[in-house]
Amino acid sequence: MKVTIEVNGGPVSAEVEDRTLLVHYIRETAGLTATNVGCDTTSCGACTVLLDGESVKSCTVLAAQADGHAVTTVEGLTGQDGELHPVQRAFREQHGLQCGFCTPGMIMATVSLLEHNPKPTRAEVREGLEGNLCRCTGYHNIVSAVVDASGQEVAR
Amino acid sequence: MSISGTRVLRVEDHQLITTGGTYVEDLREDALTGAVHAMFLRSPIAHARITSVDVSEALTAPGVVAVYTAADIDLAAGSAGPVGQPWLADGVVRYVGEPVALVLAEHPYQLADAAELIDIDYEPLTAVASIDAALAGETLLFPDTGSNVMQARGEFDETAFDGCEVVLTRTIVNQRVAPAPLEVRGAACAWDANGRLTIWLSTQNAQIARTIVAGGLGVGEDSVRVVTPDVGGGFGAKIGADPEAVVLGWAARRVERPVRWTETRSENLTSMTHGRAQQNTVTIGGRRDGTVQAFRLDVVQDAGAYPRAMFLPTLTELMASGVYHFPKVEAASRAVVTNTTPIAPYRGAGRPEATAAIERAMDLFAAEIGMDPAEVRRVNFVRPEEFPYETPTGAVYDTGEYAGALERVLEAGGYQELRAEQARRREGGDPVALGLGIATYVEITGGDAGGESGRVDINPDGSVTAYTGSSPHGQGLDTSLAMLLSDRLGIPMDRITVRHGDTDEVPKGIGTFGSRSLQLGGSAVRQAADQVIDRARELVADLLEAAPQDLELNVEHGAWQVRGAPSSGSVTWAQLAGQAGAGTLSADVWFGDGAPTFPFGAHLAVVEVDTLTGKVELRRLIAADDAGPVVNPLAFRGQRHGGLGQGAAQALLEVMSYDPDGNPTTATLADYSFVTATELPDFELVDMETPTTRNLLGVKGIGEAATIGSTPAVHNAVVDAVAHLGVSHLDMPTTPLRVWQALAEARKAN
Ligand code: FES
Ligand code: FES
Repeated sequence: MKVTIEVNGGPVSAEVEDRTLLVHYIRETAGLTATNVGCDTTSCGACTVLLDGESVKSCTVLAAQADGHAVTTVEGLTGQDGELHPVQRAFREQHGLQCGFCTPGMIMATVSLLEHNPKPTRAEVREGLEGNLCRCTGYHNIVSAVVDASGQEVAR
Repeated sequence: MSISGTRVLRVEDHQLITTGGTYVEDLREDALTGAVHAMFLRSPIAHARITSVDVSEALTAPGVVAVYTAADIDLAAGSAGPVGQPWLADGVVRYVGEPVALVLAEHPYQLADAAELIDIDYEPLTAVASIDAALAGETLLFPDTGSNVMQARGEFDETAFDGCEVVLTRTIVNQRVAPAPLEVRGAACAWDANGRLTIWLSTQNAQIARTIVAGGLGVGEDSVRVVTPDVGGGFGAKIGADPEAVVLGWAARRVERPVRWTETRSENLTSMTHGRAQQNTVTIGGRRDGTVQAFRLDVVQDAGAYPRAMFLPTLTELMASGVYHFPKVEAASRAVVTNTTPIAPYRGAGRPEATAAIERAMDLFAAEIGMDPAEVRRVNFVRPEEFPYETPTGAVYDTGEYAGALERVLEAGGYQELRAEQARRREGGDPVALGLGIATYVEITGGDAGGESGRVDINPDGSVTAYTGSSPHGQGLDTSLAMLLSDRLGIPMDRITVRHGDTDEVPKGIGTFGSRSLQLGGSAVRQAADQVIDRARELVADLLEAAPQDLELNVEHGAWQVRGAPSSGSVTWAQLAGQAGAGTLSADVWFGDGAPTFPFGAHLAVVEVDTLTGKVELRRLIAADDAGPVVNPLAFRGQRHGGLGQGAAQALLEVMSYDPDGNPTTATLADYSFVTATELPDFELVDMETPTTRNLLGVKGIGEAATIGSTPAVHNAVVDAVAHLGVSHLDMPTTPLRVWQALAEARKAN
């Protein structure tokens, strides 16, 4: 079937198999490989992207379901001039990433979290990111990064 | 001013947060154009004879390029000896997840469809699904060997505990866990027209992977190039190359096309090696004044179906007595095979198991004599003036200040107040019990007795390219090495590039594991930089017509000058390198004489246990981890956080379980209790730095340390929380069900 998805502001059209997952559409068809696959049970959140501004696990959405909708991936956060999005900046500043594999999904989940709760407490950040797994950081600095991105003071 | 010791943001990060890392699956190399996709069909049964194999239907499935089974593989046996794992299961399968067949297809979506059409008949054999079943020996995995015990070391002295007022024995399970790096295993490979294989592999060490792949394929090492792209975590389970890598290289040669492979997470949980999996019996004896006189550790290592890492129980033996000076220590180990996933290193690799055993034993001893666990530890520590300290099991600890670490965390945590709060809750019959857990630890880093390569080139434009045999995959070593070099050479960090992981660029190297990279890889590039400086001094002497010993490198400006007479001229690195010509200002070294270092620390965990439901909440985790001078506090603290998280996860949640028939029951990420952000607290870090003399930087490793301390600290805290209700021990993970059961049993016993 033919699918057209607006990816990071530009339309991407392709003829795909019905069962094509959105994450594979993003990675293979749109050629944007930041979004990762970390599981096969909708458990890890490495594939998190925004679909019409709401975070979704793109391994659990068919490309067909996103037909005619808009997707934002981490590649779409950086400004034209290369300026980092506040969430990207905060992840670097707070050392909220190590191997980086969870990071694109974690950043997109954070963008969505802050959309709904602009000044979260650390406990609220932990609740909000429960569906995004990280094996490297022990989450402490990820929580700090989210708090930092929200414009609140971080005690290090 | 030196940047080492200051918090420096990582050079690695920009790509990772904007376009993402380039992991194996992200590679878009020309050499991989037209690649076929691979999938391994794996055994669904723990122990069975393969009675027939029919791939004919699968071969007709859409997109299928080839299907291979053991009969097709014309390589020499995988691992040597009667217990080595075959490339693909040959006649018998020995664990759920063992590769049985390889399917190649044009599109990844076609793989699973085709694999379903492979018809394999299994005749089940009795599964050996536990250490006890292995020791019983009624069923043997390898009948030719006559036993399931693959290695047995050491013996015990009957009289070891004579004269002790108190002697306690307890078997402690150090459960099997899944390393579960967020990036699963993956590889891509392509042969070129000259018969040389390039394999892109998610590994912790390209050079060792090259040896394994070349050996497996029966070709010379110069016929294999291993390239390590970004790696999404390893934790010990990506050391070297698994048999799958060799089979993929073989298949690419056979079909004369590039091959790509990424396993699924569910595959990963049963097919990537697991960690820990020990059953340890501790015996501890001593006086009622708190002095421990003798300690015995009897290790049984579950090696899984194919023994791979027999050094694990050996390391556990070596570290048996932990941070204590006990007059008598004895350790022995056995390693058994079971019909489960093979065991290999996992963050800590043999040392966490030793620490968990001795630290539980110390608490059991303290409880028995009615002494505070902190006090029992104080009585028995190796004292600062005793270093270097040789343990009865043969480890030679370099430096340490064990009591100091403990006092610092107790103070930071407010130990006395916490104990008072605990007493109040107990008196008031509060159903939410407070538990405090202490662990003091010492561990061994760079314990593999190898060294590391380091090369530093000053390029003609005055920039630096450094090459390391270390293979960072999240640790931030590129940044740390650039910091060290910048300080040494006086060249800004943004003019320094660190390269690793491509065997063509770095032919010699050992890699990143065992927390070895900064102490060995860091020392190597530092030594190379020193040699470059020596060479430069000679060249500058000619240029400035001065004696070499009168010259100094002004690291503020990155320029050479005559000491005390800067006005008599100076030469920048760029001027020097430009004149010297490419390759002149270069040094390639191997650092390391095999002497390991011994980081140490103390952790205090605070838990709340709901005694009605058994639910445990980890409220605080306070950690002093001493690994000598810190190069980048940002990365250092990050390593500790990660270790604390993984270590606490083992105590609280994580276990890879099997039913009695050897079927894994936690084989997807929906079932495996991978720790999430909600189950961990903010971590409280206490800093201390005790240098070692065993390398150029004075540093010890930090990659695994916090994992090692946190598991027993949290475990001890949970037991401490319910001790007043009659529970003296419960095994990890301390799930609600387990805690609830322990409480119910204690109630019955009273
Ligand atoms: S890949 Fe794990 S949730 Fe999507
Ligand atoms: S940074 Fe490695 S999984 Fe999160």
